[in-house]
Amino acid sequence: MSAPFLQAQQLAVRLSGRAVLSEVALALPARHLVAMVGPNGAGKSTLLRALAGLVPVQGEITIGGERLAALSLRERARRFAYLPQGDTAHWSLPARDIVALGRYPHGTVDPERLTAADREAVTQAMQATDVTAFADRPITELSGGERSRVALARVLAVQAPVLLADEPTASLDARHQLDVMRYLRNAADAGTLVIVVTHDLGLASRFADSVLVLADGQLVAQGKPADALTDAVLSKVFRVNAYRAAHQGEPVIVPWEAA
Amino acid sequence: MRVTTNQQPDQPIGFAARSRRAGTVLAMTVLVVLLMLASLGVGAVELSPLTVIDALLGRGGEIEQVIVQDIRLPRAILAVAVGAILGLSGAALQGLLRNPLASPELFGAPQAAAFGAVLVIALGLADVRSYALPVAAIIAAFISVFALLAVAGRNAGMLLLILAGLAVSSLAGAATVLVMNLASNPYVALEIAFWMLGSLEDRSFRHVMLALPFILVGGAMLFGRRHAYRALSLGEETAQSLGIDVGRLRLWVIAGVALGVGASVAVTGSIGFIGLVAPHLMRPLVGQDPGRLLLPSALAGAGLLLAADIAVRLIPSTSDIKVGVLTSLIGVPFFLYLIIRKRRALSGGAA
Repeated sequence: MSAPFLQAQQLAVRLSGRAVLSEVALALPARHLVAMVGPNGAGKSTLLRALAGLVPVQGEITIGGERLAALSLRERARRFAYLPQGDTAHWSLPARDIVALGRYPHGTVDPERLTAADREAVTQAMQATDVTAFADRPITELSGGERSRVALARVLAVQAPVLLADEPTASLDARHQLDVMRYLRNAADAGTLVIVVTHDLGLASRFADSVLVLADGQLVAQGKPADALTDAVLSKVFRVNAYRAAHQGEPVIVPWEAA
Repeated sequence: MRVTTNQQPDQPIGFAARSRRAGTVLAMTVLVVLLMLASLGVGAVELSPLTVIDALLGRGGEIEQVIVQDIRLPRAILAVAVGAILGLSGAALQGLLRNPLASPELFGAPQAAAFGAVLVIALGLADVRSYALPVAAIIAAFISVFALLAVAGRNAGMLLLILAGLAVSSLAGAATVLVMNLASNPYVALEIAFWMLGSLEDRSFRHVMLALPFILVGGAMLFGRRHAYRALSLGEETAQSLGIDVGRLRLWVIAGVALGVGASVAVTGSIGFIGLVAPHLMRPLVGQDPGRLLLPSALAGAGLLLAADIAVRLIPSTSDIKVGVLTSLIGVPFFLYLIIRKRRALSGGAA
């Protein structure tokens, strides 16, 4: 691992009096795809939302040596691109305008008044997720898979050093799941720190550089996929036994039976 | 690195949508101007558009000039200003809450504003011509919308907002009548109809001056954050992650709506359903983008109120028909139609 880019110490989140996260410590490098896994209610989404600044958090987070607490909302928005769970387009905007909203943190609030840099970012993001063909169609007329790619293009267009994605593959067909993970992988290879929450241990082990395992609001294991998702961790945290293999040099981990 | 895009330099992206919007705004502006001329011409003395223009420019007969400039012009200006701020408020609230059934009147804002105004009159704190009146109405409208959104909670569904709005408007309406009943000032009790059912009759430039400054400030506040409503269409969390302080934006919009609606109610009484209807009329023409709906909705609101105010003067009747009655007669069936269209979302427990 290279020098950590995103660091967190003694991270804790309390929501309505209940400790959702406690004593989380992170040290993650840039150019890295991190998969965050854990059972339902483990605090994965909360950790992601804490990093995005959406929930009040105790403890210290630094990004590139800067303290997160010292950043303004907009400065933070330029550093963390956040893709929430689920489908949340309430009005029927053209796909291109939704992607262009990724430039909002850079001061470009109007999708029809993009600077040259904005246009390049939007174009690149749409090419990276293969949405250029339907860029002018209203979002509500697109299929679920197409909408998920538009949503991903929107976060890529931020060109933030950290990309946070909350279950971006949920409710997608197999091909779209692979596509979305591939786009995230490409973003990581291009220099972004990508943190993706997923329930799919197979996708996590296939695409991620490292895996964070959360259980009951605490980080219980982290490391390379095969090192973090050991038999002991899987049986204790997920209460499953897994089938293990290797394919094309990547680990294959498939939950096989209840432990 | 050279950027390659498939766009033509002479035909920028979204050109068709942009020219369509520009065309709509132009057509609506022309319509509002024509309706204004009609509004200046209609009444006990019918004046032709040419006579109206002459009178506006200080030409023609003295009687015509007095009728147009002193009697009908303030009425027409108020119709434009009040209609526009109601349309703008509706569009801003629908954008803020991502909810096509949001509007000031369904949230009880005009009813609360009327209560605020009636209260200061009944307590003898102000007469009907002082700035205390719009200020009280604005404060009451702010409190009502703030309380409504606080009760309904973040990410409230349509059903919850409508129910909470019904409660707020019922409460404000009942409180208004109670204050009138208890008022020692008989003048107040006689004016129940004025506050419950808005009208533009016999308004003077004093009324315009009373309301217009607040309406302009409120309108500018709502219009100024138009791009934030677009980001909000992806949900509050996404908007926040894009650098928008959503909590502050809410307060800002509530304040803008309260300023505009409160000041309007203080001089015209409560005029319903324009805020709900105007954005819906404009969406088929300019698209759903909440950031681009504000100006067209303001123009549509102005046009609707001008048209309604012309209609009440043309409909033969023994006593004056209040314009608020007419807007409700048109608006309520429209509201029911919207409910039918949104029935699945409403009964699906969207709250």
